[in-house]
Amino acid sequence: MTISADTSKKFNIDTVENAAKTPDAELPWAELGLKEDEFGKVNEILRRRPTAAELAMYSVMWSEHCSYKSSKVHLRQFGDKVTDQMKEHLLVGIGENAGVVDIGDGWAVTFKVESHNHPSFVEPYQGAATGVGGIVRDIISMGARPVAVMDPLRFGAIDHPDTARLVHGIVSGIGGYGNSLGLPNIGGEVVFDSVYQGNPLVNALAVGVLRHEDIRLANASGVGNKVVLFGARTGGDGIGGASVLASESFDDAKPSKRPAVQVGDPFAEKVLIECCLELFKAAVVEGIQDLGAAGISCATSELASNGDGGMHVELTKVLLRDPSLTPGEILMSESQERMMAVVKPENVEAFEAILNKWDVEFSWLGEVTDTGRLIIDWDGETIVDVDPRTVAHEGPVYERPYQRPSWQDSVQADEFTGSVQDAGRPASSAELAAAVVELISSPNLCSKEWVTKQYDRYVQGNTALAMPDDAGVIRVDEETGLGVALSTDANGRYSYLNPYDGARAALAEAYRNVATSGAKPLAVTDCLNFGSPEDPEVMWQFAESVRGLSDACQELGVPVTGGNVSLYNQTGGVAIHPTPVVGVLGVFDDVARRTASGWKEDGQAIYLLGTTAAELNGSEWANLRGHLGGQPPKVDLGLERQLGEILVNASRDGMIDAAHDLSEGGLAAALVESSLRYGVGARVALEELLERDGIDLFTALFSESHGRAVVAVPRSEEVRFKDMCTARGFAHLRIGVVDAAGGQLEINGVDPLSLDALREANESVLPKYFD
Amino acid sequence: MSFPLIGEAAAVAADARSVRELTGAKIGVITFPGSLDDRDAARAVRLAGGTAVALWHGDTELGDVDAVVIPGGFSYGDYLRAGAISRFAPLMSKIIDAANSDAKLPVLGICNGFQILTESHLLPGSMIKNDHLKFICRDQVLRVENNNTMWTSDYAAGQEITIPLKNQDGQYIADEKTLDALEAEGRVAFRYVGFNPNGSRRDIAGITNAAGNVVGLMPHPEHAVEAGYGPETVYSRETGVGGSDTDGLGFFTSVLNKLVGGAK
Repeated sequence: MTISADTSKKFNIDTVENAAKTPDAELPWAELGLKEDEFGKVNEILRRRPTAAELAMYSVMWSEHCSYKSSKVHLRQFGDKVTDQMKEHLLVGIGENAGVVDIGDGWAVTFKVESHNHPSFVEPYQGAATGVGGIVRDIISMGARPVAVMDPLRFGAIDHPDTARLVHGIVSGIGGYGNSLGLPNIGGEVVFDSVYQGNPLVNALAVGVLRHEDIRLANASGVGNKVVLFGARTGGDGIGGASVLASESFDDAKPSKRPAVQVGDPFAEKVLIECCLELFKAAVVEGIQDLGAAGISCATSELASNGDGGMHVELTKVLLRDPSLTPGEILMSESQERMMAVVKPENVEAFEAILNKWDVEFSWLGEVTDTGRLIIDWDGETIVDVDPRTVAHEGPVYERPYQRPSWQDSVQADEFTGSVQDAGRPASSAELAAAVVELISSPNLCSKEWVTKQYDRYVQGNTALAMPDDAGVIRVDEETGLGVALSTDANGRYSYLNPYDGARAALAEAYRNVATSGAKPLAVTDCLNFGSPEDPEVMWQFAESVRGLSDACQELGVPVTGGNVSLYNQTGGVAIHPTPVVGVLGVFDDVARRTASGWKEDGQAIYLLGTTAAELNGSEWANLRGHLGGQPPKVDLGLERQLGEILVNASRDGMIDAAHDLSEGGLAAALVESSLRYGVGARVALEELLERDGIDLFTALFSESHGRAVVAVPRSEEVRFKDMCTARGFAHLRIGVVDAAGGQLEINGVDPLSLDALREANESVLPKYFD
Repeated sequence: MSFPLIGEAAAVAADARSVRELTGAKIGVITFPGSLDDRDAARAVRLAGGTAVALWHGDTELGDVDAVVIPGGFSYGDYLRAGAISRFAPLMSKIIDAANSDAKLPVLGICNGFQILTESHLLPGSMIKNDHLKFICRDQVLRVENNNTMWTSDYAAGQEITIPLKNQDGQYIADEKTLDALEAEGRVAFRYVGFNPNGSRRDIAGITNAAGNVVGLMPHPEHAVEAGYGPETVYSRETGVGGSDTDGLGFFTSVLNKLVGGAK
């Protein structure tokens, strides 16, 4: 095809031969992010100094972002704690581009959540956009058609001057990319907290569907098979992004890092999706890998080490956007919308025909060998000669020291109840009504429609539920109605108070959300966002979170299938709250049975499932009062599992018309959200609840005890529903009735709340700050 | 439960009289690089009882189709003016000729398809960025101003329908003379009701050519054809209007009924 590297240009090409001859040449290993002992290890592996190109590869592949060198020793628990029963639905587990889960009838689903935190702070639009692009390519690489995306987002204080820059850039970047790909955005989170001021969290989840026989893996097998790079050209964007950006903390003293962020082209990616699906259908690729962090370094070394162990490529064949790039830069470039595939010689022609149909550029770089070496030539001279496993899989592993923070005990002892901030707790009917309005107009509990209406939720025609419902629901099979539900959750404040329980709570809530929609939870993906692993106290938070999440997965019987770790989320020595974002995937036999969160039918009975304790530590109410202390609400996964079974059965058997889980903001938030969903109010009386659980009205409304949900039950189903709860011994209480005519939410002991006023309070917040 | 479950509404289309005849009508759906709602438009054709035929932008012959839908998306990325490149696709010249010929091929342009139709000069005016400068996805009420086109004859004149709207460049503009002419000739096919989501002149959501065979609009009727997957009309937060979530199906049954028997 057209121009590739300009080999007439005289780079100072550092060949393997040259490296052997000049052992003492100065190399910029420190600038590339390698530590001294790591550089020493590279020399040891190669038994000579690395060439400049090899140094580029090792530095980027051994970065925290690519090698998981600080987290690996802890992440093993996810594998170690998987039981045979948990593996039942797992077709592909941790380690591939994304996990694959069997959902029945020959269908499978692949899903994964990843971070793009640092790039999104530097360049919000492109950082967020390419975050979506990257996770979608992981899904394509598994052989699946991407069918939806979700975005858990965390920003600094809503009124901080820099927050609007990030909100506008990140939201329009996610929309600009995802909408252009034709992927419905079906959910996520938007959280504001000053701990994320210098480190916003932009996590992106994608889900794809495929038939079992279509699963593709990233390996280069079959000696003599051809290696091809296709999609966008390789440019200077994102060079060193993985090692420089994602693995170092921000510091005011350093220059702006703008050029290290990649620039996205969603049109190129959309064409790439359709082109890849046609390649899969024609069965002309043997192995495939997307190019993300570490670009060609990652793709060649991973494909080679997962396959027959060898690969020989000529780097000047790479099609370039900028012909002045050096070999090292080409190897490190993180230009988007590129894929690498392995193709049998007899399929080359068919492969080229499909790429030409879609006007996708490609270049044949080389072939698979059985030498056990990854050899990269530059105009015929060898510049890389390495064992690919040492690059891709055998990087450094650190047992970082960790230590329970000295402040943890005093923080946990600082209960909200009785604190200075708890003074003047609302009690009168007017105060309680004002408190409800304050709660639902707070940055974290206000309507996120300002964000979600910038995302296409309709495209593909299979969206059965989307935000603001508890989970996003997508139909997979149009004939049978087979489908999936997805929800992501995290609560950084709970995790700060108790990282072990915080991680368990994140899983409990995502699991509960999925069950609330009526789907049976099957599998988990996670994105673990933390501060610097070099800080023993942060490392302790990380270790505790992984232990908590892996224990909880085992207890609920849902395996982690893949995910991502994002460390160094801290600015000026201050780390973010530990924020393990957990995504849960559930399955429906027929999505027609999905349960929405809003009330619709006048006269239906409203039941509260679960019990309420006085658990206000870490709550949104405490947050509004500026308090963060005490132990977070208790997590009882046995109860969560029971509640899940009740919600799924009730949905399947048509016993409930609406369901909404109780989480941040407790019962007050849930009642308001279910009322506002369709503009249908309710009359609620909590006297029986107060007596049964021994709490006051304020606690009943604002406590954040886990294991609870509110449901609306048609009159005709009430006996059956109560019998089911009684038979399972699960706490259930009729707390009210849906009232379609009143136009208000009426709670005994609280001044009536008109839905119009609630809606205004709930929906005006984000426009006020960001329009 | 009184709410239709997903899937039950497929039957809405099957006004039993003509199911068999309708399947004989072939409606092409063209795919450009960057088309997004092409499979959705094909689904809408099927649910309305017709046969959907996939067309490729690079084809040089239109083949045996009775009507064409140009679907939504971001063809060629819309990096230039939306639709500006797609109008030059080999198949578009065939569609333009067929629409202008005596045979008056029925053509429906949805969203990016509408933009392509204006770029192709099959319809007047143009679309620019929404006045609020953001992408917007919402359930939108439209009034059917002209039910005398190939694509609107199954609606009543003045009928209000709710279908999804989702776009970045949806603000319809034209000079005053053109707008006056469109109004005078009854060629404003749809108008936004209650809320103008993008600053379109005179609340125009869609227009028709003089012959009534070429219709373009920004909102997406193909996303309101199946109960459970359309707008939340019954209790829509955005519109507060009651009705069905399959209001868009009429576009497709209109053309099928016209093609099969000229019957309304």
